[in-house]
Amino acid sequence: MRVLLFVFLYLLGSLNLVSAEINPKRIALKNGITLFVIERHTLPIISVELLIPSGAINDPAYRSGVASLTASLLDEGTKNRTSKQISEEVDFIGASLSASADLDTTAVSLRVLKKDIEKGFDLLSDILLNPSFETRELDRVRQLVLGSIHAEKDDPGVIASRAFDKIVFGNHPYRHPIIGTEETVKSIERDDLVSFYQNHYLPKGSFFSIVGNVTEKEAVNLVEKYFSKWGDHREKPTRTVPISPPVAQPQKTELIQKDLTQTTVLMGHLGVRRNSPDFYPIAVMNYILGGGGFSSRLLTHIRDNKGLVYSVHSSFSSYRQEGSFEISLQTKASNTNEAILAVREEIDKIRKDGVTKTELDEAKAYLIGSFPLRLETTGKLAKLLSALGFHNLGLSYFNDYPQYIEKVTAAAILKAAQTYLRPEALTLVVVGNIAEAKIKDQHGLK
Amino acid sequence: MIREAKINRLILLLSLLVFYLFVGTADAAAKSKVNRVVLKNGLTALFVEESKAPVVTFQIWYKVGSRNEITSKTGLSHLLEHMMFKGTAIHGKGEFSRTVAKNGGTENAFTGNDYTAYFENFSADRIDLSLELESDRMQNLLIDPSEFSLEREVVKEERRSRTDDDPYSFLVETLHATAFMVHPYHNPIIGWMDDLNNLTRDEAYQHYKKYYQPNNATIVIVGDFQFETLLPKVVAAFEKIPNGAPMADRVPKEPPQAGERRTIVKKEAQLPFIFIGFHTPNFSHPDTYALAVLASILSSGKSSRLYQELVYKQQIALDAGGSYEDLTTDSDLFYFYGTPRPGIETHVVETALNAEIARLQTEKVTERELTKIKNKMEASYFFGADSNFARAMQIGKAETVGAGYDYVDSYLKKIRAVTADDIQRAAQTYLIADQKSVGILVPQPAQPPSPSQEKEP
Repeated sequence: MRVLLFVFLYLLGSLNLVSAEINPKRIALKNGITLFVIERHTLPIISVELLIPSGAINDPAYRSGVASLTASLLDEGTKNRTSKQISEEVDFIGASLSASADLDTTAVSLRVLKKDIEKGFDLLSDILLNPSFETRELDRVRQLVLGSIHAEKDDPGVIASRAFDKIVFGNHPYRHPIIGTEETVKSIERDDLVSFYQNHYLPKGSFFSIVGNVTEKEAVNLVEKYFSKWGDHREKPTRTVPISPPVAQPQKTELIQKDLTQTTVLMGHLGVRRNSPDFYPIAVMNYILGGGGFSSRLLTHIRDNKGLVYSVHSSFSSYRQEGSFEISLQTKASNTNEAILAVREEIDKIRKDGVTKTELDEAKAYLIGSFPLRLETTGKLAKLLSALGFHNLGLSYFNDYPQYIEKVTAAAILKAAQTYLRPEALTLVVVGNIAEAKIKDQHGLK
Repeated sequence: MIREAKINRLILLLSLLVFYLFVGTADAAAKSKVNRVVLKNGLTALFVEESKAPVVTFQIWYKVGSRNEITSKTGLSHLLEHMMFKGTAIHGKGEFSRTVAKNGGTENAFTGNDYTAYFENFSADRIDLSLELESDRMQNLLIDPSEFSLEREVVKEERRSRTDDDPYSFLVETLHATAFMVHPYHNPIIGWMDDLNNLTRDEAYQHYKKYYQPNNATIVIVGDFQFETLLPKVVAAFEKIPNGAPMADRVPKEPPQAGERRTIVKKEAQLPFIFIGFHTPNFSHPDTYALAVLASILSSGKSSRLYQELVYKQQIALDAGGSYEDLTTDSDLFYFYGTPRPGIETHVVETALNAEIARLQTEKVTERELTKIKNKMEASYFFGADSNFARAMQIGKAETVGAGYDYVDSYLKKIRAVTADDIQRAAQTYLIADQKSVGILVPQPAQPPSPSQEKEP
């Protein structure tokens, strides 16, 4: 459970990568579902990903955790089956069926053998259309969630993220943990879940991706057979108030004492939305700075040349609204200042000098060349398709992506670095032995 | 993530739940034909053609890990794994990673008790690069002394995050040191901190010279290629490397355990944690299949026994599971673990775990439950087969620990043959108190800031 929390951060990062020879079909269904299908007939398996365009961002104010808990309760009992019956039936066909909320979305995933596809859809539609949200199950799952929130306090990475998000996102709902907090989770009632379900689990605007050993016709028939009854049954649809985007916050430093040998350092500020016109220059720039792989500047200088860290990484987490830019590292407490200083030097350097032609060429070669790797499995493809739908990137994305990357110039990267890396606004969160780390004043470090 | 070593046994353990999917990997590998070739210099190469996507994974497995390390030299295999990215005369420091990346590939390496493995995932047309890079660093590694000193610091940071600052991993490390007194599974893969401080460049180089030999390695290639075309390239790249001396390690046998062992770890933590290990045989024993089914009964899926009983029904644990790893060179442990819910005492969870073990010993598993588990293991095979990397992992591991790739081929058939009697007998034979080591994490309240106790060499 502790591990799952991190998944959402990187999901959209993987959006970058797509391959040429993939030709998904797009079918608009009567009740507003957009269906995507990719046929792959080599293995007898099918992956299904249903994406609902509501998530933690739609949690009622002061009740963070509702979207997450609603998703968690889907397979804990329906009008037709108990929690135990659902898990028995899913396991009996060796399938996996799960649901979880992200910041903007809720995903329900099914993976099933072809021979059991009808049973799989029967279960998927049952948990999606008929969840009973029994109080007894809610109270039980609530205790598990509270236990997880409690256990998170052992993880310096989570502690740092929680503090960082609160500062960087100001009053925007992205500041709240998806899982909720101890206080909010305790206060969530059955009605909160029912109301979230009724207002957000709607076919209109949702994306249904089916990838694997199935034909387009079979896929359409399955969705029509099991989801034609899915509709909007609200008597009075609640008027949705648009959520204003997050606003950049002033720099802040937060030091959190925990008796550990290492400090966990998070530095960053507000970032960009997925649909930013500068998304690709930023992606290439971040890859060179510290985005991944073993050849990034941060890794080369702070790990390979100085031996200060095992891991150091930079990322722009991009959602429908502005996400964050962050750099994270762990280092022996007494090395903390040196590591922070080294990060700041790299940020200053890329803002001042941009990147070399060789760096740019190699980054493009990686980002374009690694396309097909990101599309190997049915599960990865299904997730990617739904995300493409949600961000309205179009199916031509599969062909266009290499050009998006190819078009990025050194000048665009320099501009992206100067615009989207803001050293004066770098919030700093440190978790660890603060006395030992002796963090110097941020301004003193500049 | 970064340059991941399979160090942390807890991670290893958690990944087993996922891994199961692949361990279940088996049988229909009758479908996935494996071509096995042994080159003149003793190098084994395994090829699996898979054309579902235009990608390929290349892995090279060396039969060396923490199992081959002696007292005071722990962590050597893993530190050497890091040094393998630091260059040869042909490809300088950082060039391996850079070359792979600029060709659109991803790469990494991992070290276990029994193996050290390196891999690249590429677009299918780049496979030649793996051959070039891996054949070079099999023989021509330079270990620069100052690079070695720097990388030692990196690995110490890795140990701090994975083990020293993670009370759960720390307990798992302690439990292995308790369950194995003599056999090197006693030691952590990443090494003890004091050993890391004292390992030398020359020791790493000797380790390299001894173990990085063609007759101690297995290549696995899975993906979109043609065997007939690729084989001559593999031969051309690797067969020129001379055969090394035969390996002659004496790995001490673990003496029989004579009674339960218990160990306590007191560290700052929010929740207690219990981790129990029983000595069990590996793949070479016929009971391996019953033990695998048994582990699946205990913890595969939400309908599994430990989840249903401890998490769902009794509501005493946040999580609970059991796992068994068959593909180890020597016999390892069957694990049970559980995290008590806030407010629940550890002994309550321990009692419940013991009750589930007793139930396996006294009651036969029903036919329906057995069918469910077998269905699940079979389905997992096909899901696992969707990833070239996962398939290569399974085959490479089986070959390296001595089970042979064909173990993977016949696995599902053997699983299907397991009976309720086999499971009950396995539970009665192996899950017994005298073979048990119990580790308990006793959480301590937050400590006031303290000066670091770690001394630098």
